[in-house]
Amino acid sequence: MTPEEIARLLQDTFPDAITDVAMGTPQPYVVVAAVRWPQVAYFLRDDPRLGFNMLRCLSGVDRPAKNELEAVYDLIAMRPADAGPDAYWLAASVFAVVVRVDRARPRIPSVAGVWPAADWHEREAYDLFGIVFEGHPDSVEDHDGLHPRRILCPDDWAGYPLRKDYLFPIEYHGIPGTTEYEMPNPVH
Amino acid sequence: MAADTTLDSLPDLLADLDRPTIESSDLRTEEMLVNMGPQHPSTHGVLRLVLRTDGEMVLEAVPHIGYLHRCAEKIGENLQPYQFVPKTDRMDYLAAMNNNHVFALAVEKLAGIAVPERAKYIRIIMAELNRIASHLVSFGTYGLDMGAFTPFLYAFREREYILDLFEAACGARLTYSYITIGGVTFDLPEGFVDRCREFLDYFEPKIDEYNRLLSYNHIFTKRTANVGVIRAEDAIRWGLTGPCLRGSGVKWDLRKCLPYDIYDRFTFDVPVGLPPGGEPPVPPGMPKARVPPGVVVGDAWNRYFVRVIEMYWSVQIIRQALDQLPSGDYRTKVPRNVKLPEASVYLEGENPRGQLGFLVVGDGNPIPYRVKARGPSFCNLSITTHVCRNCLLADVPAIIGSIDVVLGEVDR
Repeated sequence: MTPEEIARLLQDTFPDAITDVAMGTPQPYVVVAAVRWPQVAYFLRDDPRLGFNMLRCLSGVDRPAKNELEAVYDLIAMRPADAGPDAYWLAASVFAVVVRVDRARPRIPSVAGVWPAADWHEREAYDLFGIVFEGHPDSVEDHDGLHPRRILCPDDWAGYPLRKDYLFPIEYHGIPGTTEYEMPNPVH
Repeated sequence: MAADTTLDSLPDLLADLDRPTIESSDLRTEEMLVNMGPQHPSTHGVLRLVLRTDGEMVLEAVPHIGYLHRCAEKIGENLQPYQFVPKTDRMDYLAAMNNNHVFALAVEKLAGIAVPERAKYIRIIMAELNRIASHLVSFGTYGLDMGAFTPFLYAFREREYILDLFEAACGARLTYSYITIGGVTFDLPEGFVDRCREFLDYFEPKIDEYNRLLSYNHIFTKRTANVGVIRAEDAIRWGLTGPCLRGSGVKWDLRKCLPYDIYDRFTFDVPVGLPPGGEPPVPPGMPKARVPPGVVVGDAWNRYFVRVIEMYWSVQIIRQALDQLPSGDYRTKVPRNVKLPEASVYLEGENPRGQLGFLVVGDGNPIPYRVKARGPSFCNLSITTHVCRNCLLADVPAIIGSIDVVLGEVDR
């Protein structure tokens, strides 16, 4: 299916969940309301017309100008060829879904139950952006509430490094931070 | 499937141990947490696994990563793309050319930069040479993990030829930054094509030698056959790509299924995991390869074997690219401050370890608003907990080695 057909199918099935559609760009996507996202995700995976069986990538994007955090889900539908086991699988469709949430309270329901690949990707997006994926199978509770366990940074790291307003730490467990070396401020 | 019966029968074994009989209470063991790594020779870098063991059984393995985290993505949104190319070298440092290639393709797609024909062919030659070099390291170190020292020396002897070729082309032996935005940094040096052909003729018969040396070795097959079996559905669900996915019998390769760059101009085949007696495709004139008894589709042996056979087909691609190599420019003139449009691009390429993806978001500045790298090692490693459940302690290095991770890419 072409991205336009997928977007139309999603709009017909979930008229209240699809808030925006961006087609004709190098990466066509639809914007899904956070609360409806797991429902849409199950539909994307299980509907025989779509069959998005692989989550390729989950990327966080911080947009302080719009006061939003984005999670971009890149999906692909892989299908065995009709010609038999010796033929190459087919890339039936490629699509992207964007979920936008408020920067002050970034909460998105976890889809690790839909695609287990999302487990580590969601942990990374929490670690670097602070997006809390609710119902994540590997969650911990601390002063920040219940959230996925950090994955790349240490468990006691403060802040979310890929946010645009992130301040580099002055020191971490006695290790001097970047201000010691008078690093110029980052562009973004 | 034989794999399922083996995996499913293991918990019963443990249930037997718990039964309160006099004989078995003598065999009762206590659960113990064992740290494997971050400094462990068989974890191929700073990977830490926390194993919950009961005697020789591993009940659960939880990977802890991030020891090599350098926040490459933060650096990516503070540098221009051509300045970020050297950072991509340091992700999967065994396949730096492939990383450069995919990042350059993503930025070129976003900025609408056209690449000369000659540069496209040079890129394919370099990417496939690097695929061979990377698979050689994987083959050699996997032998080391399984207690075979000799194949490692053979693999590094051949890899040295490839590194010499790379050094002649760009001066570096590990972090090349050779493929850059708009083409490649230098034209091929004099005599490169002949030396490359010489290497291919020398290297191609060696692959059968590796098979006889390691692949069919009785001890090696005993250690790896029917170990760490990943079913095809699970491989897709966990987002596995590359040899890990193909080892499970899924005939999927981006170079064939979603061709990028100019891969659709070459004839080649892609091996997948096969049951015993199966014969993977080899180029004409090469000795046939055959899967030994005891092997199961999706096990560690098949993942390893897919890499060995892939080297045959990389040789074929390089031969065709050398034959068709056109003359002309090796790089388009890209202005230093080329503005990236307000859009995003997600592009994946087939790296030796799987699909490397780059998400590049522009906002009208020459510096990207966001760069995200989807490392194949990161996704492939995430299945560890699922695979290393109720296996033997000695199987853990066999499984981790067969997944073939590079920690520089896992942690970025």
